[in-house]
Amino acid sequence: MSSNLAICGYLSADELATCLPAPERMAKGPVAVIECVQDIPCNPCEEACPVRAITVGLPITSLPVLDAAKCIGCGVCIARCPGLAIFVVDGSRPGDEGTIQLPYEAWPLPEPGESVHALDRAGRRVGTGTVEKVLSAKAQDHTAVVIVRVSKQLLNTVRAISVEGRAEA
Amino acid sequence: MTQSDTDIIVIGAGPAGLSAAAEAARLGAAVLVLDENDRPGGQLFKQIHKFFGSKDHRAGVRGYAIGDSLLAETARLGARIELGAVVYAIYPDRRVAVITADQRRLLLNPKKIILATGASENALAFPGCTLPGVMSAGAVQTMVNLHRVLPADKTLMVGSGNVGLIVSYQIRQAGGKVAALVEAAPVIGGYGVHAAKISRLGVPILTGHTVKCVHGTDRVEGATLVALDDKFRAVPGSERDIEIGCVAIAVGLTPLAELALMCGCKFTYIPKLGGHLPVHDDNMETTAAGIYVAGDITGVEEASSAMEEGRLAGIAAAEALGRVAPSEAAVLKQAVWARLNALRTGRFGQARRDAKERITAEGRGAHVV
Amino acid sequence: MRILRHPILGNLDEQPPVFIEVDGELIPAREGEPIAAAIIAAGRLKLRHTRKSGEPRGVFCGIGRCTDCVMTVDGQANVRTCVTPVKAGMKIVTQGASPEREAQE
Ligand SMILES: Cc1cc2nc3c(=O)[nH]c(=O)nc-3n(C[C@H](O)[C@H](O)[C@H](O)COP(=O)(O)OP(=O)(O)OC[C@H]3O[C@@H](n4cnc5c(N)ncnc54)[C@H](O)[C@@H]3O)c2cc1C
Ligand code: SF4
Ligand code: SF4
Ligand code: FES
Repeated sequence: MSSNLAICGYLSADELATCLPAPERMAKGPVAVIECVQDIPCNPCEEACPVRAITVGLPITSLPVLDAAKCIGCGVCIARCPGLAIFVVDGSRPGDEGTIQLPYEAWPLPEPGESVHALDRAGRRVGTGTVEKVLSAKAQDHTAVVIVRVSKQLLNTVRAISVEGRAEA
Repeated sequence: MTQSDTDIIVIGAGPAGLSAAAEAARLGAAVLVLDENDRPGGQLFKQIHKFFGSKDHRAGVRGYAIGDSLLAETARLGARIELGAVVYAIYPDRRVAVITADQRRLLLNPKKIILATGASENALAFPGCTLPGVMSAGAVQTMVNLHRVLPADKTLMVGSGNVGLIVSYQIRQAGGKVAALVEAAPVIGGYGVHAAKISRLGVPILTGHTVKCVHGTDRVEGATLVALDDKFRAVPGSERDIEIGCVAIAVGLTPLAELALMCGCKFTYIPKLGGHLPVHDDNMETTAAGIYVAGDITGVEEASSAMEEGRLAGIAAAEALGRVAPSEAAVLKQAVWARLNALRTGRFGQARRDAKERITAEGRGAHVV
Repeated sequence: MRILRHPILGNLDEQPPVFIEVDGELIPAREGEPIAAAIIAAGRLKLRHTRKSGEPRGVFCGIGRCTDCVMTVDGQANVRTCVTPVKAGMKIVTQGASPEREAQE
């Protein structure tokens, strides 16, 4: 139990080793990153996935396992996860930037095109991102999914955004 | 409120009590639910996050939405709910003494009683702990999510169980800041995913730290935090001051079991579940025959397990009244147990399951009164 | 501080405020909310003074158990403001000795 997650509240590089997709997979197209490493009783992600890329199985405290080959990066699982622990990263575009899809439950929502602070797992500002899209369909029940463009180097680092300090319209 | 036609009185309209009422009413019992609050739902309606579990536990649905459907279910099945009604005593002859919302005193005489009174939050003593602005985390949660009032710009959260983690997140959602979350133990008590949610929003989680004192004259203005060593002693020189306007205390809950005590139920002491708890059997029946318990009063867990325990108690009480055949009741209870056991697995759940099994082992076949 | 906008709960519905009088000062409130919520929304956390030493107290439990929030409401002492709903025109007075107030008097 003496993991970084249990001591500081966020996953360290070691603990992430089992969650992060292989670099080759990231370069191919969008893929889910499931940062859920404790055996809690939970499995909505398994049911959410339209292509059955996530398996929890029985008992429901088993850790979710992603079949990265099956995952199409659709992002449906993101808003269904009560732990807000799923992200989708895409490093397949040409150029230096990739995208991250992340769950967002704060007010106000960011706007497409807006430049936002990019935060790491400990909430430190590690750069800026550009919001591409904000998905907030009724089925998501107020858990928006924000697609944000960041430097490819930050795809495994950025896990939140902040609109703090933006000029209010 | 009339008593003549009441089979079962449920005390507490939280998730456990409502579930018990729904189940018993479904099986044809005449059920009356009493709650001292003006609103039904207990702690459930201020839970605005999505719940864990499986589809059977309504995972992924927000707490208040689960509460709404539970309330609708209870009403549809014909259980009556009386709000603003405080139960202040249960006498040895099993009569239930109530003060109603319009200040009438009533003595009710049900055939069965289900106690679902929940738990109250623990306080914490430190210099300044009585200053206005030092509040229980539950009070902050009620203010923020139900009444839409933020007590202060910046809050210090004390305690890293799921309550402390979730309420911190909810303060952030409401536009407030959490200056820090301190936890005396060396590790975080609640789920890692809840901790990760607030960490990435920049809330520092300081394990091995506590609040040394809180300053202010008429209200909280700041606090001094201090690091603790592995024997929970303050580390000299590690003090640091922070500016805050509110301190939220999330250091555990204690079951509200006075009524069970009045009924003469046998108790057991399990610190992990909140302290002194009424012993019960697999039907949620206490050692006082005809008195059932469900939810946080039987050991502090969570809303999902409280609802399942409520369903068990409701089915068992209806069965005891002959409203359902034992064979049918057994099938229903089996299904509830399967869901309940699924919640009590894993590193967080297994310890609770072990503790709960100690309670039921003590309770089986021990109906002394 | 009122939470006007919320990502999950949406905008606070625009209900015209009612007014209550707290120690002679009119403050806006939402009909039916607990008195303590209205007072805290107006920026005040102190609700009473202890009788002997005059120490300030505010909401602790928020569910009617600890009695730290009691005030005199329309002449009735010891009303738990965390569970007593606001009605328009209520007159609310802080209880207990306040050191400052005694000094002023
Ligand atoms: C701040 C906080 C946050 C929480 N967050 C979560 C969470 O995110 N997820 C989760 O699953 N669980 C959470 N919990 C735990 C969960 O809310 C409880 O486990 C659950 O509500 C217990 O249900 P219950 O029905 O036993 O009790 P309660 O919900 O506490 O309901 C008990 C009811 O009994 C009434 N009552 C008590 N005594 C009397 C009396 N003498 N006469 C009349 N009525 C009486 C009370 O007014 C109350 O309405 C949280 C708890 C707290 C305090
Ligand atoms: S991103 Fe889509 S395909 Fe991939 S795991 Fe999530 S739901 Fe399944
Ligand atoms: S839904 Fe989220 S929290 Fe639940 S098991 Fe899946 S990844 Fe973990
Ligand atoms: S704050 Fe405890 S009774 Fe009101």
